[in-house]
Amino acid sequence: MDKSVADLANAVAPIGDGASVMIGGFGSSGIPFGLIDALLETGVAGLTVISNNAGAGETGIAKLLKAGMVAKVICSYPRSPGSVWFERRYEAGEIELEVVPQGTLAERIRAAGAGLGGFLTPTAYGTLLAEGKETRIIDGRGYVLEAPLHADFALLRAERGDKWGNLSFHATARNFNPVMASAAKRTIAEVRYLSDEPLDPEAVVTPGIFVQSVVEYGVRP
Amino acid sequence: MKSLTDSQLAARVAQDIPDGAYVNLGIGKPTHVSGHVPEGREVIYHSENGILGVGPTPNAGEEDVELIDASKRYITTAAGASFFEHSDSFAMMRGGHIDIAVLGAYQVAENGDLANWATLDEKFPPAVGGAMDLVVGVPTVFVMMKHVNRDGGPKLLKQCTYPLTGLGVVSRVYTDLTVLDVTPEGFRLVELTDGNSLDEVQAVTEAKILT
Repeated sequence: MDKSVADLANAVAPIGDGASVMIGGFGSSGIPFGLIDALLETGVAGLTVISNNAGAGETGIAKLLKAGMVAKVICSYPRSPGSVWFERRYEAGEIELEVVPQGTLAERIRAAGAGLGGFLTPTAYGTLLAEGKETRIIDGRGYVLEAPLHADFALLRAERGDKWGNLSFHATARNFNPVMASAAKRTIAEVRYLSDEPLDPEAVVTPGIFVQSVVEYGVRP
Repeated sequence: MKSLTDSQLAARVAQDIPDGAYVNLGIGKPTHVSGHVPEGREVIYHSENGILGVGPTPNAGEEDVELIDASKRYITTAAGASFFEHSDSFAMMRGGHIDIAVLGAYQVAENGDLANWATLDEKFPPAVGGAMDLVVGVPTVFVMMKHVNRDGGPKLLKQCTYPLTGLGVVSRVYTDLTVLDVTPEGFRLVELTDGNSLDEVQAVTEAKILT
C-alpha cells in the first residue's frame, strides 16, 4: 500500500466546484497551508469550508475567501485578529455563515466519522444556536439534538506521516485534524516529514485507515 | 469609586483558584489570572485547542508556532502537560472534568445567565468559540469583567438583553468594583473593592445586590 502523492497539486486535484472541505487547524496552528495554496491554484468555486476559524491576514482560508472561492463557512469562531477577508465577504453578503459551538462542531464531525446519526448535547440549550432544533429533557436537564457533519474532503496538517497514511502531530497543531480525518470521503494530509519507514504504531495518533493521500510539505509556518 | 486595574482583578480571581485545580481561562483578560496564582499552588491550565498544562510565555526567539493557547498566544508546556485532539478536549469541558472556568462577559443576570458571545449589532459576525460547551460542563464558572459597559451602563442585570451563552451557569462575578456570588435569591455581596460603598456600587448595578 502506498498513499503518498508526489506533490500538492496532485493531492488536491480531485476537489471540484461545490465541494465541502474540512480544513484542520486552530488559529495559525495545524493549518495545511501547502494544500490550501494548491487548492487556490485550481480556481474551483462554490466551496463549503468547515473549519474552526475563517482565516486571518492573507494566509490560509483567508486566501480562498479573498479569491471568492467560498460560498459557505461552517465554523465556531470566524472573527479573529486580522480576519479581514471573512469580514468583507460576510458584510457584503457574499458568503453564508453557520456558527456552531466549538465542541458541537468537533462532535458533529466525530459523529459523522463514527457512523452515528447524531447526538444530544447540553451545549447551547435554551440559546439562539438551538433555535429550531429538536430538544429533549433527560434526568431534568435539557439537551439539543445535533446532526453529524460529513464532508467530501478533509485537508489536514500533520508532523509525520508514512505511506500507509498513519499520522502523528506536533504540540497544539493536532486540534481538529484527527477528528476531521474520519469524517470526509477523501482525506488528504500534508505532512512535514514523509517517512520511508512505517511510523511507530505506539506513536500513531491518526490511523491510516482514515487517510487517503499523504503529501510531503516540509515548510513550517 | 475605587476601581481595580486589570492586573489587580486577575490577582483577586487567582486567590480563589485552589491547589490541584484543573482550570480553563477564557480568551482575553482571564488569561492573566495564571500569572497571579499564589506560590505553592499547582494549577493545571487547560486550553481548548488541545493542551493540559499550559506553561508561561516563551522567551523571545523560542516561540513554537504550533504551540499556542486558545487566545492564539505562544505558550510553553508545564510539567505534566499533555496534548490531545479537539473531541477529547471538549469531552473534558462538557463532561465535567475541568473544575473552574474563568470567562469574560458582556452581561450577567441575577439568575446566573451569561451573555458573552454575541451582541445585537448585526454588522459583526457572531463568534461563539468554546464558551457554550464550557459553561454547560464546568461546575464552577467565574466571570471577570468591568462592572459597567463602555457607555457606563450596567452589565449586571435582572435579565440579559444580549443572546445567551448559557442559562444559570455563573457561580461568581469579579468586577473592578466588587465580588458577587450568584445565589438562588440573586447576587449576594462577597466583598467591595477597598474604598467603595455598597450604595455606590448598587447605583451602577441594575440587579439588586443582597447582603
